[in-house]
Amino acid sequence: MPVSAHPRAKTVPPASPSPTDPEERGRRRRSLSPRYLPYLLVLPAVVFELLVHIIPMIAGVYMSTLQLNQFFLRNWLEAPGVGLANYRVAVDLDGAVGDALVRSFLVTLAFALASVVLSWFFGMLGAVLLQRPFRGRGLVRTLFLIPYALPIYAGVITWKFMLERDTGMVNSLLESLGLTDGNTFWLIGDNAFYSIVVVSVWRLWPFAFLALVAGLQSIPDQIYEAASVDGAGQWKQFRHFTMPMLAPVNLVLFLVLFLWTFNDFNVPYILFSQSVPPSADLLSIHIYNNSFITWNFGLGSAMSVLLLLFLLVVTSVYLVVNRRRGAVDA
Amino acid sequence: MRRRVLGAAAVAASLAVVTSCGGGGGGSSSSTDGGGEQTLTYWASNQGTSLDNDVEVLQPELDKFEQETGITVELEVIPWDSLLNRILAATTSGQAPDVLNIGNTWSASLQATGAFMPFDDAAFEAIGGQDKFLETSLSSTGAEGETPTSVPLYGLAYALYYNKQMFADAGITEPPATWDDVIAAGQQITDPEADRWGMTIAGASYTESAHFAFIFGKQHGADFIDDQGEANFTTPEAVAAVKQYTDLIAGDQQIVNPSAAQNATTNEAVQDFTSGSAAMIMAQNNVEASFASNGMDPDQYGVIPIPLLDPLPAGGQAVNSHVAGINMSIFEGADTDAALQFVEFMTSPEEQVTLNDQFGSLPVVTEAQDAPEFSDPNLAVYNEVLANTAAALPMIPNESQFETTVGSAIDDLLASGATGQPVTEAEIETAMENAQQQMGAGG
Repeated sequence: MPVSAHPRAKTVPPASPSPTDPEERGRRRRSLSPRYLPYLLVLPAVVFELLVHIIPMIAGVYMSTLQLNQFFLRNWLEAPGVGLANYRVAVDLDGAVGDALVRSFLVTLAFALASVVLSWFFGMLGAVLLQRPFRGRGLVRTLFLIPYALPIYAGVITWKFMLERDTGMVNSLLESLGLTDGNTFWLIGDNAFYSIVVVSVWRLWPFAFLALVAGLQSIPDQIYEAASVDGAGQWKQFRHFTMPMLAPVNLVLFLVLFLWTFNDFNVPYILFSQSVPPSADLLSIHIYNNSFITWNFGLGSAMSVLLLLFLLVVTSVYLVVNRRRGAVDA
Repeated sequence: MRRRVLGAAAVAASLAVVTSCGGGGGGSSSSTDGGGEQTLTYWASNQGTSLDNDVEVLQPELDKFEQETGITVELEVIPWDSLLNRILAATTSGQAPDVLNIGNTWSASLQATGAFMPFDDAAFEAIGGQDKFLETSLSSTGAEGETPTSVPLYGLAYALYYNKQMFADAGITEPPATWDDVIAAGQQITDPEADRWGMTIAGASYTESAHFAFIFGKQHGADFIDDQGEANFTTPEAVAAVKQYTDLIAGDQQIVNPSAAQNATTNEAVQDFTSGSAAMIMAQNNVEASFASNGMDPDQYGVIPIPLLDPLPAGGQAVNSHVAGINMSIFEGADTDAALQFVEFMTSPEEQVTLNDQFGSLPVVTEAQDAPEFSDPNLAVYNEVLANTAAALPMIPNESQFETTVGSAIDDLLASGATGQPVTEAEIETAMENAQQQMGAGG
């Protein structure tokens, strides 16, 4: 698809004939100015966004200032307000709760970075390899998309069975290949971190692949032809043409992948249920355990607000830095 | 024309939004349709071998109830890992069932929410009187000195099950009499090369870990929580109690397969037992139904009360089970008359016999105890445990926080031990200290 001006730019609708009929003039004055139409069309979306996201968020922020445990569940509006006490407990590094929260934050950061980089790497590899058409390319593309299309529970629960120490496929495979003695734990202990990274990358790399395939299609072939005529090899072409032209796609892709993996609840919950090993204690499930398991929803809300603030900061900084670097607006 | 269409569309959209967020609101969903047809919503817990099994067992009884009283009961069976969450959600939103099962250890915590109907004298009269229930079962129905908000339904107790064949093969002629005998027998049987282990546990289940912390705690003279709700997780006795459990999988006395640290439910541990890879399992008596559904014949296993430490440490009590069981509660706002009729039905001697027989649990009413269905010698063991050596978990509002904080901490220790790290007293103390702080932060 060539990058060109808007296809309809050349065809401006002809100006409407000036009304001569008084009745028609009256009708036109009463009909809505086109200015209001976009707002009206957007109105249902805004209303739902408010109802589903914004208002619950505000309720959550309010909840974080309450001491909300089982005594007040029934009438949570009557729970005693404790101001910033929940936040103080959450960030108190000397206390068990604060210490665990910081550790969980670091684990989540490491997990998100590893997951995003690996997903992007595999997505890029797949997109570049499948750039030129070949026989069976459609089939390969479909195969690649399967992990992303699978219902998440089905996919992750299968991994859970595979990662079992005694009966799982992963250990059998590693043992038969002679790489390990077949007795490694993948679901408890330190290896649990690698398990969640692998499962997360397995699920997400097809999305990166899709986005990059679409991005690559917008690069005109003539550029590559011209480059190879000038003597640029594959790697030079990639570095100097593909990457810069993919910059707008990469900008959005990294941000979206990071936010998704940072907030990931499904993968650790399905793999570990309620006994999450400390090495795989992602923030979202850590907060869940701290509210639903200890019935302290005020504290859980405070932690959620802190998570929200962190992600807002990251997103803003990311966008500002990239705007200053002069990345082209898509 | 365009303006009218747009205007109508805007109005329709806002109407849709307003009506969709209306709904809900306080009270339960029991209703009285025309013609005196009443409906009750009932949330049952998973007592059978599977959710479908629960429906199979309960539905005929609910049909019987409908024939007798004309009240239809809508049944939903909820698995254990989501039952407490569902109850909490029902409490906050007001979208609640009329009658439900709860774990009896949750009684005091749920009582504190104020969302359940108290069983005062009138209510007890309506269901047949307080005297019809067993004393031990009544001890786990709510905080002391307060009107209970639940009544006993099924009785359960912990016992030790052992594989007779595996014991015979190892040359063990007598079932273990003390805890040291259990370890010795386990060590004789354990042979990692042959994938044969002395015992199996549900090492990733925080409820199981918390229960054993409590039971061994009593034997060591530790009170994890006292009656005022004060937590004492770090006393030397508490640490020793936890160590008794973690030593099963970590360290020199190891008799449990490290992989058992992955077992998130008792059913997974049951698989280890019925497949012959573990010779012993400590579980609540309803596992007998799971053994049967896995193809294990009752002659193949023996049942004994969990052997005690001998001699008991100073200050220790002869406790080898907590007063386990399922209670029934009624949500505030339910149709009280219909709900009480249903509770009376479920706790009537006939239903107690039928249901407990099928679920493998114990009846909670004295009249049902002597029924021929319960003449199985195994049941004599459970009755003896419940009557003599079972202690009730403290009936205080933050009891469930105790279960979750201590249980999760012990699960982490078990995982440590399983991956080969030593689980020393110092480490247990640190873990318990953290759990105690988490409990403190729980308000």
